[in-house]
Amino acid sequence: MSSLINQAFQNAKNENRPALLTYTVAGDNTKKRSLEILKSISNYADICELGFPHNTPIADGGQIQTSAYRAIKNGIRINDVFSIAKDFKSKRKNKPIILMGYYNMIFQYNENRFLEKCKKSKVDGLIVVDLPYPENKSFAAKCKKKGINFIQLVSPTTSEIRLRKIIKDSHDMIYYISMLSTTGGKLKVSPKRILEKYSKIKNQNKSKNVVIGFGITEKTIKSLKKADGLVVGSAICKEISNSINKRQNTVTNVTNIVKRLKNKIT
Amino acid sequence: MKLKKRIPLIDQHNQHGFWGGKFGGSFIPETLKKPVEDLTNEFKKLRKDKKFLKKRDHYFKNYIGAPTSFVKLDNLTNQLGGAQIWAKVVSEANGGAHKIYNATVHALICKAMGKKYIVGDTGAGYAGKMLSMAAKKFGLKCKIFMGAKDIKRQKPNCDAMRKNGAEIVPVYSGSQTLVDAVSECMRYWVSNCDNTHMCVGSTVGPNIFVKICGWSTAQISRELKVQLKSEFKKIPNKIKLINCVGGGSSAYGFWSEFIDYDKKQIELIGVEAGGPKKSKLHAAPLSRKTKIGILHGAASYVCQNKEGQINETESISAGLDYPGVSPMHCFLKDTKRARYTYATDEEALKAHQMVTKFENLNPSLEPSHAFAEAIKIAPKLSKDTIIIVNSCGDAKKDRDILRERLGKK
Repeated sequence: MSSLINQAFQNAKNENRPALLTYTVAGDNTKKRSLEILKSISNYADICELGFPHNTPIADGGQIQTSAYRAIKNGIRINDVFSIAKDFKSKRKNKPIILMGYYNMIFQYNENRFLEKCKKSKVDGLIVVDLPYPENKSFAAKCKKKGINFIQLVSPTTSEIRLRKIIKDSHDMIYYISMLSTTGGKLKVSPKRILEKYSKIKNQNKSKNVVIGFGITEKTIKSLKKADGLVVGSAICKEISNSINKRQNTVTNVTNIVKRLKNKIT
Repeated sequence: MKLKKRIPLIDQHNQHGFWGGKFGGSFIPETLKKPVEDLTNEFKKLRKDKKFLKKRDHYFKNYIGAPTSFVKLDNLTNQLGGAQIWAKVVSEANGGAHKIYNATVHALICKAMGKKYIVGDTGAGYAGKMLSMAAKKFGLKCKIFMGAKDIKRQKPNCDAMRKNGAEIVPVYSGSQTLVDAVSECMRYWVSNCDNTHMCVGSTVGPNIFVKICGWSTAQISRELKVQLKSEFKKIPNKIKLINCVGGGSSAYGFWSEFIDYDKKQIELIGVEAGGPKKSKLHAAPLSRKTKIGILHGAASYVCQNKEGQINETESISAGLDYPGVSPMHCFLKDTKRARYTYATDEEALKAHQMVTKFENLNPSLEPSHAFAEAIKIAPKLSKDTIIIVNSCGDAKKDRDILRERLGKK
């Protein structure tokens, strides 16, 4: 049977549009609220990425750092992250959820225990920012055994040989980092060049779903709609911060921005 | 887990970059894979390149001022009774601390790779100051990432950095100290790795940075070996090499030539920052029981909570105020080749007072931690025991803290 992640891409393709992937941080700004946000935006998002926050995130820009620090400050624990995922999946059985974070959290929890817990919570995929190929080989294999998608990252600096190996070792989805940047940077490469590199990856194996992330906002999303999927993270985290500052309803505001993002690519 | 003989410790890692199979590695985002690989290849080539080595030695001698002196602290020895206390006065190096070795080598590598920009992190401000000096010397544009708290408490070094034309980027996230500065510096490198070289200020970070830094500071022990032989005609039978450990770059440099010796002959003692006496916070992952974790791209003992969140640290010495430590020191600890302990803020201050009272030496708060241990153990040891402390930094930068805590002018 095809994975939920694969199906989500297929559904989007049937509608002739890229899949929309959202990223929010578990526990931002509370456990309950982050679950509400997740449920609400999943009406428009095809795949939901849920970050498990770490306090030394070496690849995240200001917006996601702020969300992560806020969630940690409000007491989020890794078991809360699993319970949010589990709750979410019990209401949205067919909506894929991907956990994303840094390796130390998995390492401290224990790889096997972490994956067991993922499986129990019906997590569909994992992105581990600081566990690159080939160091991730054994962990990726463990994920596969458990039926969890390990999502490989590819960047503009990835060499051709490396790219071939990574794609060969990837599962259903590949994440292309659009530019040299932390998350939330301004898109400093032209969409045309990003799509050229994207095609290079895609052409290696058409059956893999390739998504583009980093620097994607309401302004830029339309220009990249040829991709299989597009990830928006920092723009959403920023909206949460803004809503909190203005004492407005985060769920409504975040849902609205996701709705608008979706409209731009439909 | 076993140490190998006749192979520099910096090269005793496996193919994935792990010492003892579990310390170190390169836990980095995909974007940094290529620049790290390029740097690894370049360093591999350069360290065998005779021209490059000649250049390094030239600058070590004529720019840094190698060798730094090796002196007996007669007054302190007489005062304490027991072991002889000696110091390797590395703070005589240009700029006032051992950080100049790593900074100079990184600037040379940056040049060799044809990059015009260099960035680095700093805690006490020494790594930053030295990198700004080296950048100026070699015509590179330099940015230094520094925690906002450290900028306040290490003003003299910040003034020096600015004078050298470097831009100081204040880091306001987290505890606003070294740990956050390193994170921010890595983030900057992720975004600018195509034209920028990154220098990690200690023997921490992804494998290659541990190696380059250790290769650079090893100069200290090469000098000491020669100096020991000329002073004592041979390497004495009872030596204790005491060094402070934050990231561990000066300690590795001070010890590297002596790791092959039996520990009964040459004992290696690392002194971490115990923090304020009454505080629960510290920066002593090796001596105060912590678990292995991943921080800034490497696995090492780390001050962290059960979940893997990195703990805030607290130390009077900005240079030691770091929750992780070099994977090489973790390896030395687990193989029992080195012994690690800690000194509290108060003990370091007291040691600083005592050393400056009896000797014409002005160790910064970092080596004052090492002196605290020397002062503690010297009276119990025989007169033929040679204690050598690496006085790796000068206290000029600590002016404000010392004034506040000791009423010093």
